[in-house]
Amino acid sequence: MRPFIYEQPTDISAAVAIASRFTTKDDQPTRANAQFIGGGTNLADYMKLGVAEPGRLLDLNRLEDPGLRQIRVTDDGIRFGALVRMGEASDHAEVKRRYPVIADSLRLAASGQIRNMASLAGNILQRTRCEYFRETSWHCNKRVPGSGCAAMEGFNRQHAVLGGSDACIATYHGDFAQALIALDAVLHAEGSRGARKIPFAKLHRQPGDTPHIETDLAADEIVSAIEVPAIEWARRSLYLKIRDRESYAFALASAAVALDLDGDNVREARIALGGVATVPWRARAAEEALQGKKLDETSAGVAADAAFAEAQPRQHNAFKIELGKRTLVRALLEARDMEV
Amino acid sequence: MDTAAPRPKENQGAPLPRIDARLKVTGQAHYPADLPTANIAYGALATSSIARGKVTKLHLDDARAVPGLLDIVTYGDMDKVDKPKFGNSGATSIGPLHDRTIFHDGQIIALAVAETFEAAEEAAQLIRAEYEDDKPTASFDSPGTKTVPAAGKSPLFKEDVKAGDFDAAYAAAAVKIDQRYSTPTQHHNPIELFSTTAFWEGDQLVVHEASQNVTGWKVELARQLKIDPGKVRIVSPFIGGAFGSKGPMTPRTAIVAVAAKRLGRPVRCVTSRMQAFGIQTYRAETRHRIRIGAGKDGRITAFAHEGWEVTSRPDLYVVGGTSATGRMYDYGSVLTHVSLVQADRNTPGYMRSPPETPYVYALENAMDEMAVTLGMDPVEFRRINEPKTEPIGKKPFSSRSLIQCYDQAAEAFGWAKRDSKVGAMHDGDWLIGMGCATAIYPTAVAPCAARVRLTADGEVRVQCGSHEIGTGVRTVAAQMASERLGVGIDKISVEMGDSSLPPAPVSGGSISTASVCSAVLKACDAIRTKLYAAATAEGGPLAGSHNEEFDLADGKIVAKGGASAKVEDVLKTMQVGAIEEYVEFAPKGATPEALNKLYAGTPEFHGADQDEDSVKYAFGAEFVEVRINRYTREIRVPRIVGAFAAGRIMNTRTARSQLMGGMIWGIGQALHEATEVDRRYARYVNRDLQDYLVPVNADIKDLQVILVPEVDHAVNPAGVKGLGELGNVGTAAAVASAVYHATGKRIRDLPIRIEHLLS
Ligand SMILES: Cc1cc2nc3c(=O)[nH]c(=O)nc-3n(C[C@H](O)[C@H](O)[C@H](O)COP(=O)(O)OP(=O)(O)OC[C@H]3O[C@@H](n4cnc5c(N)ncnc54)[C@H](O)[C@@H]3O)c2cc1C
Ligand code: SF4
Repeated sequence: MRPFIYEQPTDISAAVAIASRFTTKDDQPTRANAQFIGGGTNLADYMKLGVAEPGRLLDLNRLEDPGLRQIRVTDDGIRFGALVRMGEASDHAEVKRRYPVIADSLRLAASGQIRNMASLAGNILQRTRCEYFRETSWHCNKRVPGSGCAAMEGFNRQHAVLGGSDACIATYHGDFAQALIALDAVLHAEGSRGARKIPFAKLHRQPGDTPHIETDLAADEIVSAIEVPAIEWARRSLYLKIRDRESYAFALASAAVALDLDGDNVREARIALGGVATVPWRARAAEEALQGKKLDETSAGVAADAAFAEAQPRQHNAFKIELGKRTLVRALLEARDMEV
Repeated sequence: MDTAAPRPKENQGAPLPRIDARLKVTGQAHYPADLPTANIAYGALATSSIARGKVTKLHLDDARAVPGLLDIVTYGDMDKVDKPKFGNSGATSIGPLHDRTIFHDGQIIALAVAETFEAAEEAAQLIRAEYEDDKPTASFDSPGTKTVPAAGKSPLFKEDVKAGDFDAAYAAAAVKIDQRYSTPTQHHNPIELFSTTAFWEGDQLVVHEASQNVTGWKVELARQLKIDPGKVRIVSPFIGGAFGSKGPMTPRTAIVAVAAKRLGRPVRCVTSRMQAFGIQTYRAETRHRIRIGAGKDGRITAFAHEGWEVTSRPDLYVVGGTSATGRMYDYGSVLTHVSLVQADRNTPGYMRSPPETPYVYALENAMDEMAVTLGMDPVEFRRINEPKTEPIGKKPFSSRSLIQCYDQAAEAFGWAKRDSKVGAMHDGDWLIGMGCATAIYPTAVAPCAARVRLTADGEVRVQCGSHEIGTGVRTVAAQMASERLGVGIDKISVEMGDSSLPPAPVSGGSISTASVCSAVLKACDAIRTKLYAAATAEGGPLAGSHNEEFDLADGKIVAKGGASAKVEDVLKTMQVGAIEEYVEFAPKGATPEALNKLYAGTPEFHGADQDEDSVKYAFGAEFVEVRINRYTREIRVPRIVGAFAAGRIMNTRTARSQLMGGMIWGIGQALHEATEVDRRYARYVNRDLQDYLVPVNADIKDLQVILVPEVDHAVNPAGVKGLGELGNVGTAAAVASAVYHATGKRIRDLPIRIEHLLS
């Protein structure tokens, strides 16, 4: 691990100011000399592995603004402070009642210990776990731009079938983000150029030719809050995560689903897919396929086919297409049958 | 009594809690890298990123510039010591710093030593190698492998066993199958990371390293360093999981010892989880072809088992499980053949039930297929083929309780309620499958020395250079002493894990309880004899009593007639404060050199298929229920029952714990564990516990262990069969059988994953 300077700013503007001083406008947050640390469960791991090499760590945990640690429920929706821990959010009674999909996505992620440590902002910004990215002796375009992608023709069982490029097929592994993108969440960020709101769907970038550019954030921008709009019918929502073992594993395929039903007919469906795509993945084609239809195994199957119409299999991950479809079908039927 | 402490049945000892349990759960047990050592320097390894070729240049300047760097040990620095040897005490013959040839991915290229762990790590990461690389060969089917017969390549695998005329019998069989099976590379991944701490006290070398074989390592390390074995001490008081990975010593130990000598101060090298995949041994991937021929009545007439196993270029490690599979049932005729396939890989090695796990998996999966082909209940099929004598040498089994195990496990599991039709059982959207398989493990025993001291105040100290790898061997040794000397368990201390103690064999092959308890028994009996002789001698408190039957209880000698004398008083008449006995136990059939070999760290194993009078094995039967989602096909194991018979059970708690751990491991083998090899580069890909999956608590729901009573006086004086490696044999086949029952899909390649069940 490379030595680094560790700072604990106490207010956001000071943190932004330090970050600005040690980064430039063009720096990617994950490659900048100064980087923010929340729970550290992702960043510290990558620092030990030599994947992330910040010269300066700005610990956000001493920021005094109480809003950063609060979950606020209002008529407009729910607002999560960036430093709220995964475990607090998944156990929150109103979150569980109003947005089961959020509570499930967090509850089914990582382990109890990690959920107690990890912040919500850190969670949505977690980086891929591609094995070839994690170990610095492999060629990896995301870690070293232009060096090649060892995963493309390598052991790519966990890799993405949606949203990949010739440069990178690394999966976005987070679960919470699928709930957020399905519910049209909005992020609040503060940086040297002021505060702004970012629609969640605009946060992550598909790899394209530049897999090292992962998000829309500037290196000196701090995520301060996540807002989820009030959606009355989001009570009929769930997160289904399919994995190799019962707990403590990333999704091979997952589906975040929220349904507005009129009897068995779909007024509106929200669908996001995890474990199969390079970024949090809103499956709009599937949503459209269901709109106005009676939800049953057949229509769910049609929607699932639409969701994966563009999927690109590689040698070891082709099963994810079939698995992803079945996961979505099962999630839709289980959501339909929820007692709300 | 609770589940964790089963009530002892006939020939089973009390479920005493481990004598070191409190130390372990309160963090007071010191594992080798925790042992306090003053003025320590830290080492970190740099390893190769290619699998085959040569290191042409090492760039060390960046590493040397790291503040706090003390030394870098690399090519040229090991020239004065001898290369490692491959064998029982040595994991490989590759001396990674003796020559610049790279034989495998992750081979050590340098050791950076610094004032802090962080500086050492940083320096090691900054060491850059230039290579002249060749295209490596990864595994089976890769171009450039070399295949050689295994027979005779290892002292433990002398021949391909056979019996009768397989070809004729198979040709004539009314019902037959011919199938291929495979098991993947697996790494032990004990939670305790691999580490070595070495320091010199004058010309004496002390090494703190987790070891299953302190005596063997002492001798082998002394040979490499060209010093007297008496000058080397290996200390390994507690071990955080071994599973065979800490059996043979790896080249790292000598490198750290040399670094400590160069610096004149202690050096501690804790390696990373990722590095462990290349610097230690692992379970070789295997392939199998099995042919079974039977009559319509289900009686097997022909059995052939061919195996192929991956090994390294320099070392011929043999897995070789055909000795057990060839003796499992009443086959009529048997044909076996094992081949080694050499590739550019690190040398594989022992991993919990090394031969049996892959070979019995293949056999038992095939047995299940055969039962299906015959339209016969799989338990019935095994019952029909239960042998009177083993088919190879026609020797009797010293004891064999397989059918009792099947009956008791089937009863507890509710096998009778199984609907044998494929896909017939379900619960909502979950398909239910039930399957079973046999577990077998050879019962061996080795020479072992021990020292036991009884003092006047009733304290007992047991010393034996065996190893507490988590099995509870300290506890059962204490129980044996407690029973023979009539002293409470709280009065007994047991010292192990130090090469300065009386030598014990390698803690492998499930021989420890049998060997250690036999030695402790012998030492205690020597003490008893002395005490009784003194007590009954003229002037002794029991003078005149000539009845040979007596016992020791509560600090007293109690003669058959009821007369008793305090041990304390007997010692007084002997004019001693303590009786101490140093004994050497040698099993029946031991050669005249057996004891010398014990001291040389190369102990003979006896029992199993080696003895003239009988073959010796422990058996079990495992039943599992799987649930598979109708849509998404994830496989879960909500229920597993295993019944095992292993001679005398010293302690039902620790025995259950071993078997439970084995069964859980078996579920992992069936569904999770595999080291993925990038075939282009012959490199491991999933080198951490994020991607190398093992079961977690949520995967294990209802698990039941049944200890079937069994008495066997032929195996060893303690009457104990080893069971540390029994529990994970057969489990994967039982899961495969259950998956077939639920889905109609016969999966022959492990692990069984979601993708195999989607189409
Ligand atoms: C073994 C293991 C299993 C896991 N399993 C799962 C799983 O099943 N599902 C799942 O979803 N996740 C899983 N995770 C990932 C885990 O959820 C993330 O590591 C965690 O959520 C990251 O949060 P953190 O606060 O620790 O982030 P950090 O490690 O502190 O930061 C992560 C990134 O976010 C940046 N960052 C943090 N906070 C801010 C902020 N406020 N503004 C701007 N940038 C910021 C950091 O600079 C860094 O780049 C697992 C992790 C581990 C180690
Ligand atoms: S998939 Fe992406 S992250 Fe993985 S090796 Fe290729 S470029 Fe790197």
